[in-house]
Amino acid sequence: MATTIYEPPRLDPDRLPGHGNGGGGNLVPAGGDPRLTMDYAPPPSSTAIWVVLFAISMMFAAFTSALVVRKGSSLDWRTFKLPTILFFNTLVLMASSVTLELARRRVAIFMGKLQKQVESPARWLYITLLLGLVFVVGQYLAWSQLRAQGLYLATNPSSSFFYVLTATHALHVLGGLGGVVYVIRKLGKSTLRRSTLDATARYWHFMDLLWLYLMLLLWMKL
Amino acid sequence: MHDTSAHAAQHQAPTSFLRKHVFSLDHKVIGKQYYALALAAALIGMALSWIMRIHLGWGNAAIPGLQVLSPNGAPGGVLTPEYYLQLMTMHGTIMVFFVLTTAPFAAFGNYFLPIQVGAEDMPFPRFNMMSFWVTFTAFLVLISSFFLGDGPTLGGWTQYAPLNAIGSSAGPGQGLGVVLWATSIALFCIGQLLGSLNFITTTLDLRVKGLSLMRLPLSAWAWFITSCMGLTAFSVLMPACILVILDHVAGTSFFVASGLVLNDQLVPHSGGSTLLWQHLFWFFGHPEVYIAIVPGIGIVSHILMANMRKQMLSQRVLIYCMGALAVLSYVVYGHHMFVSGMNPVSSLAFSFPTLVITIPATITVLIWVFSLYGSRLRINAASLFALGFISMFVSGGVSGFFLAQPSIDIMLHATYFVVGHFHMVMGVAAMFGIFAGTYFWFPKMAGRMMNETLGKVHFWLSFVGAYCIFMPFHYLGLVGNIRRYATFTDDFLQPLIPVHRLITVAALITGGAQLIFVYNLIHSRFWGKPAPDNPWEATSLEWSTATPPPWNNFGGNHPVVYHDPYQYGVESSVGDYVMQASPEQVKTDHDEK
Amino acid sequence: MGKFFAITIVVIAILSAIPILMHTWDAPADISTHGHLIDEQMSETMAEAGISFLAAQLLLALFIWQFSNRGKETKLKNFPGGARALVIAAVLVVGVEVLALGVFGVKAWAGQYLTPPSADAMPIQVQAGQFAFYFRYPGPDGKFGPLHPERINEGSQEFFGLDKEHDVESRDDVVTAEMAIPVNKEIHLLMHAKDVGHSFFVRELRVQQDFVPGLDVALHFTATKVGKYEIVCTQLCGLGHYNMKAYLEVMSQDDFNDWMKKETALQ
Repeated sequence: MATTIYEPPRLDPDRLPGHGNGGGGNLVPAGGDPRLTMDYAPPPSSTAIWVVLFAISMMFAAFTSALVVRKGSSLDWRTFKLPTILFFNTLVLMASSVTLELARRRVAIFMGKLQKQVESPARWLYITLLLGLVFVVGQYLAWSQLRAQGLYLATNPSSSFFYVLTATHALHVLGGLGGVVYVIRKLGKSTLRRSTLDATARYWHFMDLLWLYLMLLLWMKL
Repeated sequence: MHDTSAHAAQHQAPTSFLRKHVFSLDHKVIGKQYYALALAAALIGMALSWIMRIHLGWGNAAIPGLQVLSPNGAPGGVLTPEYYLQLMTMHGTIMVFFVLTTAPFAAFGNYFLPIQVGAEDMPFPRFNMMSFWVTFTAFLVLISSFFLGDGPTLGGWTQYAPLNAIGSSAGPGQGLGVVLWATSIALFCIGQLLGSLNFITTTLDLRVKGLSLMRLPLSAWAWFITSCMGLTAFSVLMPACILVILDHVAGTSFFVASGLVLNDQLVPHSGGSTLLWQHLFWFFGHPEVYIAIVPGIGIVSHILMANMRKQMLSQRVLIYCMGALAVLSYVVYGHHMFVSGMNPVSSLAFSFPTLVITIPATITVLIWVFSLYGSRLRINAASLFALGFISMFVSGGVSGFFLAQPSIDIMLHATYFVVGHFHMVMGVAAMFGIFAGTYFWFPKMAGRMMNETLGKVHFWLSFVGAYCIFMPFHYLGLVGNIRRYATFTDDFLQPLIPVHRLITVAALITGGAQLIFVYNLIHSRFWGKPAPDNPWEATSLEWSTATPPPWNNFGGNHPVVYHDPYQYGVESSVGDYVMQASPEQVKTDHDEK
Repeated sequence: MGKFFAITIVVIAILSAIPILMHTWDAPADISTHGHLIDEQMSETMAEAGISFLAAQLLLALFIWQFSNRGKETKLKNFPGGARALVIAAVLVVGVEVLALGVFGVKAWAGQYLTPPSADAMPIQVQAGQFAFYFRYPGPDGKFGPLHPERINEGSQEFFGLDKEHDVESRDDVVTAEMAIPVNKEIHLLMHAKDVGHSFFVRELRVQQDFVPGLDVALHFTATKVGKYEIVCTQLCGLGHYNMKAYLEVMSQDDFNDWMKKETALQ
């Protein structure tokens, strides 16, 4: 058994690029095949957010198929009218996506060394946070309205799915709000990464799209 | 400020004891923690199987000490039928989740994937640490069901509805036991999803310069494909577990139909769908068994090439086959439900992709076997287990031919034939993959060599023993021996009891052989011969760094990759191989770009 | 050690095949009209699986024997044809083989599950509950009375929850603990689950089907040989699962008529 100790190559600090997935700008392999240089890989946060959104989609797909099967499997499904506040909540959530997009662009400009052009870059982030909280409170009010009608979690399969879907969505929205708070804090300390900002925004917009899907599903099936 | 590069250190070198060994952010420590968890789980799962086998052979046997664990379940140490089922359920759940998903994927993958891509760690070390501790918590919740209420659930690891949702009047463990099971598994899903997040981002975003996707080692490809499967499967099992918990604690009726009567009482739930659970569960469940085997396929390929001193006939084809297995695994799940009462046309529809999935599996085996031709095969504990994996994978896979056909499934469903099939592929082949990986990578992880003689003894006893246990299961199934029976009271089962006794003896001996492995692990950890950096003369990036690797894997340097990871069989300055990160311009005829 | 390993693989492969070749582990003789299709499928599959199993294990053993522990100077070579030949071989041979099995297997499955029962099939209802099977015959009116689950009371032997007072059709229903059927007569079996999932399996009849709580499933079959056979539950249903069984008695038409008279008198 030969003993082999391989010394990693020494890095040439003059040739370190500003970004990329390999620290060694030195020793480009012979042949110059462009696939071998790989100067750029997406920052992990942006890949990560797609991974997260995919998992969340699968979960709601599972709930959706459970709803469809459950509805078709028995004659006890009772439809009910969706509380009207839900439509207001939908508008609030859509507005929060707009404000987050505004915030994202302003923060990006701010981070790109044009600080003087943007005052209080976090303002629209706070507005998004507020709108998000209004949404969650609005959801809670929707649940109260249902309870007032005598529709609880176990009353009917239709109400069961209503609560399960909206509560799961609301939990994920709260997670997204946590992300917005994280971005605000990092921005305040000037340690915010562009990829973090973009990932948080993407997550939030997905929560909005997911809600539109759920509204459609609930309106059609419930 | 500009965005720093993807692989910038996510954490500093740990200093405190807690940070180094308990709440570590280092993927290597997390990998070892997962391994320890899997080892503990495997020993518990194995002990449970011993108890089950003794009871099946000798129904009145008193197992000393069992009455302490459960005076109701095993009065005087003799198992009641319900306790048999409870132990069986825990055996399956522990083995499938906490051993076969944890060891090949979470343990080895966490340790070696970042190193094999040349990174310092995974991109989200805090999520990674969380993933272990969530998984560990899930394990504790599961084990707690032994000690709480009237014991663990007795519904099998598959937990079919409505038995899983109808409540404690259906039997011991069907109240709190099910809730604990479902909570544990939901937590497990979350842990694995966090893990998949890190695996996928590591593979896609942290590869060093020169490391194109096709230059990833097959083990890395296997972990990547497995994490994609996990992402899709675990995110479906978790909502299913939530729904079943709600049926228990919130009075909903997702899974409990109307008009059911237990103990002369009408069950309060109504309208739920029995088959809904099966669809949700098996949509997860079939990919899950590929999650258990695909890492083994990658690890075995990786180890075999190092020990054949030769590349496989085609690494690419092996990668495509692993990918094909993963994709197809989602459209075959109904083969668990052929006689479930679902639409019989669906049964036919599921059987065709199930038969087709034989093709990538066959190609994989053919590539392995025919790559051995013309090689310089080294025989050591790691390669023996890798070769044994091939034999076991063939044996287990071939019984799949039968089970894939609905008409034959009429005779084999719920018999020992099925039990033999899945134990061969999961209980043996996947375990062999874990053993091969351990013997191969232990020197790198611990800085010491394992005892080779003990390793070979372990192999021989396990290989022969496993065949003695599980081959007869297939024969028992062919004559109709039903599974999940605590005792054999049917007329046609009486003549089979002597066969069960022989199997039990084989199981106890083979199980005992595993203790040799555990001894070897522990002894070598502290007193094994110090290992050189590259004892196997292997080429992938993990062998380019120190043994064991420093906290940031490559000592602050980032390797540059010049070759594919399997340049064996060339003459270079170091021997008959070229390391992946070596700038030496020697290479084989096939050096992936 | 490599050569020893190769021999071990060969020995294990041959020893595994022997019990199959000796037919010591065959299913009991078929007593159904549809079962021969299943048995033929089984034999064909066994032959193909057996050949694949032996070929793979023996090749593995051969190459381990030939190529293990060779010296450093020996030349490495690749199997002629390389990966491409293997992929083509696998796709063609295995692909054709499995598709053939699938296509021919459709007939065996469709005969059982995708054809309706004949108009004069005799209806029998079987109810599975923790931990026994009970059977119900419709009686001379040919109709089953409705089930009232809230009336089920095992203590007073009201297994099905019939209301003979108010439901006319129930009055002549005959409830039994064992299933008797006339030989060579098609049976239309209606399967009802009382509590949790169960399954109905008679090996000789080549019939296995799960009960689905909330959904009544139907089967049809014809028994061709007189005798007494076991019906066993194969879907885990609780602590008594291992003991949940009933007897199926296939009788001549005359014997069946006598049996039915006796059972009716016991209602």
